[in-house]
Amino acid sequence: MTTVLGIADLTVTYRRAAASALIGISLEVEAGEILAIIGESGSGKSTLARAIADLLPERTEVAGLLRWPGLEGGPRAGRDIGYVFQDPGSSLNPVLSIGEQVGEGARRHLGLSRRAADAEVLRLLTRVRLPEPERIARAFPHQLSGGQRQRVAIAAAIAAQPHLLIADEVTSSLDVVVQAAIVELLVELVRAENMTLIFVTHDLALASGIADRVAVMAEGRLVELGPVADVIAAPKAAETAALIAAHIDLTTPPLVGEAP
Amino acid sequence: MSFLRRLLSSPTGAIGAALLSVIASAALLAPWISPGDPLSIAGPALLAPFSDPALPFGTDRLGRDVLAGLLHGARTSLVVGLAAAAASVLLGSMVGTIAGFAGRLVDEALMRVVDAFQIVPGFLLALAFVSVAGGSLPTVIVAIALSSWAQPARLVRAEVLSIRERDYVAAARVIGMHPIEIAFKEILPNALPPVFALAAVIVAAAILTEAALSFLGLGDPNVVTWGSMIAEGRNVLRAAPFLSVIPGIGLVVAVLGVYLVSEAAGEALGRGGRP
Repeated sequence: MTTVLGIADLTVTYRRAAASALIGISLEVEAGEILAIIGESGSGKSTLARAIADLLPERTEVAGLLRWPGLEGGPRAGRDIGYVFQDPGSSLNPVLSIGEQVGEGARRHLGLSRRAADAEVLRLLTRVRLPEPERIARAFPHQLSGGQRQRVAIAAAIAAQPHLLIADEVTSSLDVVVQAAIVELLVELVRAENMTLIFVTHDLALASGIADRVAVMAEGRLVELGPVADVIAAPKAAETAALIAAHIDLTTPPLVGEAP
Repeated sequence: MSFLRRLLSSPTGAIGAALLSVIASAALLAPWISPGDPLSIAGPALLAPFSDPALPFGTDRLGRDVLAGLLHGARTSLVVGLAAAAASVLLGSMVGTIAGFAGRLVDEALMRVVDAFQIVPGFLLALAFVSVAGGSLPTVIVAIALSSWAQPARLVRAEVLSIRERDYVAAARVIGMHPIEIAFKEILPNALPPVFALAAVIVAAAILTEAALSFLGLGDPNVVTWGSMIAEGRNVLRAAPFLSVIPGIGLVVAVLGVYLVSEAAGEALGRGGRP
């Protein structure tokens, strides 16, 4: 296994924040794996994802090291990293057509002409299993449903054929059925194109279904890292056990008392 | 398309658009309705309106056709209003986008310049500029644009400050777009709708400023404008008040039309927009 990305002792402190958002994170991301980063809200998992993609706000203090063994001189934005955001309603520009936004990465990094990029857009939209790609390429974001928008966002993120895809809570704003479809699509794409996926989520059940390894975060620290089966079966950290215990499914006793 | 329909469906918008189209067609058809130089002598001096079918609105002190002046004056008013508003919105949105997107020192510096322009009363600035640079149509346009670009600059900056934090801007950064490209392709188009509503108000103000400048004799003396016609009629206000009243009505109709349309446009933007 080769390492795509090595993170060493990464500490991130936002401007005017009393505490650091990330404290001494060290982990390695292997080529071709699906790494789930889980944790509750505020545990720093999105900050970690943004730090990897160099999306932290200006004047944020970053200490530590990001190593990219396969890439000389660090990753080129868009070419080497694709990023899918939480809310597809705000990650697509309302005034640009879908075709234009999906084609941007392909035109920029693969050097395609406008016509070739248009054909590539149709291929990508078909690839993320959107019906009627010609119509959708001409549409604007507000004409699509949430699930369709997220598929478009994924198409835009993989347009330049990056090696590493970061999915930051991509299913949080979708309903459960669409969530499953999007996750299935991501996994299928990652396996087929031989990409590496960093899947950030607060949903342990979702993560355990698809990931090879999980990294559990709590209060800015990495509390546990290991193969998914080991972590679920025998959590070492108290925070992981708490996350597993907090999982709600149909066998969970009702949280709200039934009315007498 | 649906925006246009919404605009025209409100009574405000419909009346405004009707008034504006009257003025615009008068301006466009001026060379055919009253051909020749509107400043040339067409009949006896101080002919009262509606007394001669060939000169329906009468003539002024020198015997020049008032109708011809009115029609050709509409051209000047519209050209100056539109050109000055376009120039000030263009300059304002450039400065606003750069200030909002670059932030820090650049923002600070540009906004102090904007402050300086906002502190000076707009009309005084235009007056000073025209009296130094001389009265021609382009200088009048530049003068009005200089006195009104600060407002759109502030508005665009405020919009950009909120838009630059949206996810699609971050998405553009991950794709690897150049910051300047992000600012003008991803951010600026989203910041423009409120600026367009403001632009209409700027057009109305520019028409008035132009009229005031020519009233004071600072416009282009070789071009007939409503302002210069009012000033011309002032000398014989008791004997022939129509000489000032007729171009005055033209001015009122033009400004009212622009205001009504801008009202309706602002409303249609707020009501419609995107779901």
